[in-house]
Amino acid sequence: MLDNLNLLVIAPFLNVQLLLDGLFIGAIFALAAYGLALVWGVMNVKNLCQGEYVIMGGYFAWYIGSKGIHPMFAMPVAIVGMFGFGWFIYKIIISRVVEKDMFTSLLATFGLAIVIQQGLNLAFGPEVQVANSGYPTHTIPMLGGSITVAEIKFYSFLICCALAGAVIFFMKTSRMGQAIRATSQDARAAKVMGIDTEQVFAFTYALNAAICGAAGVLISMIWVIQPFYGITHSIRAFVIVTAAGFGNLVGVIMAAFGLGVAEQYGGFVFGAEMQQATVVGMLLLVLIWRQVQMSRYRQAVQ
Amino acid sequence: MTAADERAQEVATTAEPTSRRVFTFNDYMMFGAIVIFGIVGPFLFPNYTFQIAVLWLMVLFAQTWDVMGGQMGYNSLGNIFFFGAGMYICTVTQIGLFTDVGNYTSSSDGGSFQFTPDQYYIGVAVGLVFAAIGSSLLAVALGWIVFGLRGPYFAIGTLGIALGAGELVGAWEWVGGGGGIPIPVYPGSGDGKSFFYYTLCFGAAMATFLFLKWLYSTRFGLAINAIRDDEEKAEAMGIHTMRHKTAAWAISAFFLGISGGLFGNMTGFIEPLEVAFPAPTFGLFMVAMALLGGKGTIWGPVVGAILFHIVKEATWTYFLGWQWVALGVIIIVNIVYFQQGIVGWLQEKYPHWFGIEVEARNAGAKRAAE
Repeated sequence: MLDNLNLLVIAPFLNVQLLLDGLFIGAIFALAAYGLALVWGVMNVKNLCQGEYVIMGGYFAWYIGSKGIHPMFAMPVAIVGMFGFGWFIYKIIISRVVEKDMFTSLLATFGLAIVIQQGLNLAFGPEVQVANSGYPTHTIPMLGGSITVAEIKFYSFLICCALAGAVIFFMKTSRMGQAIRATSQDARAAKVMGIDTEQVFAFTYALNAAICGAAGVLISMIWVIQPFYGITHSIRAFVIVTAAGFGNLVGVIMAAFGLGVAEQYGGFVFGAEMQQATVVGMLLLVLIWRQVQMSRYRQAVQ
Repeated sequence: MTAADERAQEVATTAEPTSRRVFTFNDYMMFGAIVIFGIVGPFLFPNYTFQIAVLWLMVLFAQTWDVMGGQMGYNSLGNIFFFGAGMYICTVTQIGLFTDVGNYTSSSDGGSFQFTPDQYYIGVAVGLVFAAIGSSLLAVALGWIVFGLRGPYFAIGTLGIALGAGELVGAWEWVGGGGGIPIPVYPGSGDGKSFFYYTLCFGAAMATFLFLKWLYSTRFGLAINAIRDDEEKAEAMGIHTMRHKTAAWAISAFFLGISGGLFGNMTGFIEPLEVAFPAPTFGLFMVAMALLGGKGTIWGPVVGAILFHIVKEATWTYFLGWQWVALGVIIIVNIVYFQQGIVGWLQEKYPHWFGIEVEARNAGAKRAAE
């Protein structure tokens, strides 16, 4: 562990490498986390199968890639497919837990996560998969060493920015975006004003699934997918949203970059097998830090 | 008028309002049926002794989850942490009392060290005590960190603890790391071993039940119910909520620690992710079982656990490959459509079975008119 830390000081180019990888991966985390913030903020549903939607999107890309078509073309298919899937799930499950207490949505989506994981496992097998994009990897000499940047990571970063821009544009200008924002402020008032909140909820949930699906397509190309990797993505989304708070887009993006970089450093310093532990550790740190922050306002008998 | 009604009448008229009767007539019937099955079960189905022993552990899981989730309103997804902690504490104690732990765990076959029967039994006894106490202490320490969290944050935070613990133990070489530890071998026949652990599991589950049954009838039970109903008001009424929450978690950890120690010894081999900290399996089962039976009731977790275990074993046997999908669907249907659970539903429908007196709808109005 100390050796690895020492290595970071001796070879500064490694820091650049870790930072870059962290930013590239963090951009994708930001997408999934933004979807969670949307659903959480608008309908108060804690969607614990967020990561499973990401993995489902990844399997779209992998499947299309395995048929000899470039996996990038899976993007529109995944967005439309996951939108439809999200709508379906909303209609049969989520619409019934919106009004219930907080734990209900958490556990119902946890159950859903198990079903999706196992469904994917039965359909595609438990192997770790990669959708091969076929783009070359470049080596750039820098700071007395050389860093490697895969071209696909760069493209996926651009696509993330474009998708985030599109979602923001949609939320700010379109009629439905306005309705979603109104509903998140006060669902009852929005209803009184003639907004079909049921429709808004369904659309929000489906939009979340679509965003996750798009993120999954990118994940499958720059990283790996496996039916049971979803839970880590869910926890990442929760870490980011808990740290940033919902309705705070800039915060979500910054927290996502922070988590991406922290995870890369954690994986490098403590060893790759501790990467998941780093995510969980970050979650606990965020929760504890939030609590210390709030304790000033708490006036309970302690 | 049934016997239960008479008793309820008697309680209502003679007893002090503060001293609630711990056992009603129906409780005696149910408890008697379970004890009888627990005693004759392994003789009737000798091939299933291990399965019935696991059933009692499941009953214990559901009950200990319900202390927090049902009675206190703190839905933990990470109670399995104490199961794993108990398992590791018990095993390390069993080994550490007589030989060097590092040496023992680093060799794949458990080393050439042989435990004599005396050493084995002393190890198990001391190990279980340490497991129970150690888990409780861990609950107190963790409670200090996580009890400021409410609702979903608490659930996610505790889930994080359970997942993180598995990873951390997997990286800790002294306790065998990801490779796990082979447990000391039972000095006797296979039948003797399964009977020995069956007795302990049954005893642990029954002790948990009786203790919780008593606990819920005390002031402490009322206090944690008050925390569930409205924590701010409970605090305003002078209940020291932090102390009550920590104590409740420590109680649940105490019994979970024992169950972990027992399960480790029963399986004969422990490792961090699949056996000791299985958050997606046992960790989720305990929540599902309590909800299926009806959370916040004394019998709910017991009934839920028995039913769940039977259904689970049936699907594992007959729908292999689809068992997890079936499990997920059961959880979703249970949560979304049938939230009060079996016993919760019965309690609403037939309150007198549970010794609960419900005033007739117009009784209050009548009294007001008089």
